[in-house]
Amino acid sequence: MNNKTAHELHTLLTERKLSATELTEAAFARIEKVEDKVKAFVTLTKDEALKQARAADEQFKSGKNITPLTGIPIAVKDNMCTRGTLTTCSSKILANYLPPYDATVVTKLKAAGAVIIGKTNLDEFAMGSSTENSAFHPTRNPWDVKTVPGGSSGGSAAAVAASETILATGSDTGGSIRQPASFCGVVGLKPTYGRVSRYGLVAFASSLDQIGPLTKDVTDAAIMMNLLAGHDPKDSTSVDLPVPDYRQALVGDVKNVRIGVIKELMGAGIEPEVKDAIKAAVNKLAELGAKITEVSLPSFEYAVATYYLIAPAEASSNLARYDGVKFGLRTKGDKDLITMYSNTRQEGFGPEVKRRIMLGTYALSAGYYDAYYLKALKVRTVIKRDFEKAFKDCDVLLSPTAPTVAFKLGAKTADPLAMYLSDIATIPVNLAGLPALSLPCGFAGNLPIGLQVIGQAFKEDALFRVSFAYEQNTEWHKKTAAL
Amino acid sequence: MQIDIEHIARLARVALSPEEKKLFARQLSSILEFAANLQKVETNDIPPTAHAIPMKNVLREDKTIPCENVEEILANAPDEASHMFRVPKILE
Repeated sequence: MNNKTAHELHTLLTERKLSATELTEAAFARIEKVEDKVKAFVTLTKDEALKQARAADEQFKSGKNITPLTGIPIAVKDNMCTRGTLTTCSSKILANYLPPYDATVVTKLKAAGAVIIGKTNLDEFAMGSSTENSAFHPTRNPWDVKTVPGGSSGGSAAAVAASETILATGSDTGGSIRQPASFCGVVGLKPTYGRVSRYGLVAFASSLDQIGPLTKDVTDAAIMMNLLAGHDPKDSTSVDLPVPDYRQALVGDVKNVRIGVIKELMGAGIEPEVKDAIKAAVNKLAELGAKITEVSLPSFEYAVATYYLIAPAEASSNLARYDGVKFGLRTKGDKDLITMYSNTRQEGFGPEVKRRIMLGTYALSAGYYDAYYLKALKVRTVIKRDFEKAFKDCDVLLSPTAPTVAFKLGAKTADPLAMYLSDIATIPVNLAGLPALSLPCGFAGNLPIGLQVIGQAFKEDALFRVSFAYEQNTEWHKKTAAL
Repeated sequence: MQIDIEHIARLARVALSPEEKKLFARQLSSILEFAANLQKVETNDIPPTAHAIPMKNVLREDKTIPCENVEEILANAPDEASHMFRVPKILE
């Protein structure tokens, strides 16, 4: 039953053929069996989960307050605050942090009756593309445990792919939901910037971060978005727009939908097997009645460089709060405040976080601000305009989610730039604030390939329409990792 | 490209080890060389984008509300006394 989707399980739960308690116990039994190999979790919350499951069973008994997520196990990325439950960001500096409040997405999940089974591993502070930057342990890809699950939401993607959980939350700053979804053969959506509240999401780069779902299929992603989307007075960047019922977009038809294939992401640097899978997916959508054109977004060439100035600049400022004063680690025995700050941060942060803080501090420092940070903000405008131009003639754009399938552990850890380039297809989307969804579209050997569908701001429904039609006419989402 | 790593580490308040200084100097300069590509983009008449979605200031009434979980908040503090955060000496 762990292989099933939330919407399939919802039917079994409402028909009382299955109890939420049984379902939660099954999730922990699966975790018991495979977690040693996958290492998707930082913290498991079994007692609390069983309590939530029993409450869900009461709701099913009374027939009151039942939502599509009631009794469904969900894993939460460990950079989203859970009151009284460790929230570590997979960092030594927050290893003992017990948030005094819930993130808005966690509040919503609890109110909907979802069963939170634990907190998932990530690259420290969501900085990375392989989950190897966790201060605790790397997570492994359930399809081949010698390879990475992607990152930074690698724990969430791997937990879904390994059927340790039914659903998971992720956060995406430059591809951190979509790239692991691609590597692990699951569905991952980064919503439009402002669509989901970031209140209680530990900030990395505030103008780029966004929370979204990781699921086994497109329908589950739509169900989760129905809950997560919406304005939150506690996040002034969340947008006050009505939330549609995203399931209405799951019609299974793409007739006359205008789809643009991004030329710059189908050339050099993209693995041949990935390119072939995307071409086959495009042909499938054409067969189903979509109108296909090729579009060019020449500024994409500059997206990775732009991102690696803007994101570290914002990070260097956001991470200033980890100073050993109000929470988190503090080194002992330092005689003055500045020395305490510097030693605490030296001890508490891992190499990638320090690298980005240094890079961001440099880009913002006197004498370099205009040449680096301001220049990057201007190029960001150029990238945004390229998207606007492409969307004049297209409803959605397509590309590979990642240039390769999952790579081996350790393959890119020595070369930060090589690691950064694995986000070449996802980064432009964050810079422009757009929504994008990754879904499985093939395999290279035993490793999944992801198709990225990009939409206009606040048009998540178009992504769901195209993705659902493709999914329902292919078999990829039915394959499961053999562990 | 020469980077004054000591200066940047001081601004960032991180006491890097000698090995880290050497490593980051090398890695940062290769990342910044890569970023120098941006100079090829003509941006004279292009405004900067700080947020991709239009943002405006959100104002609310400035009123006090009770804080119910002071103890829970302070429990995270490395050093606390009488509901205050204690830090090493600032002034001699």
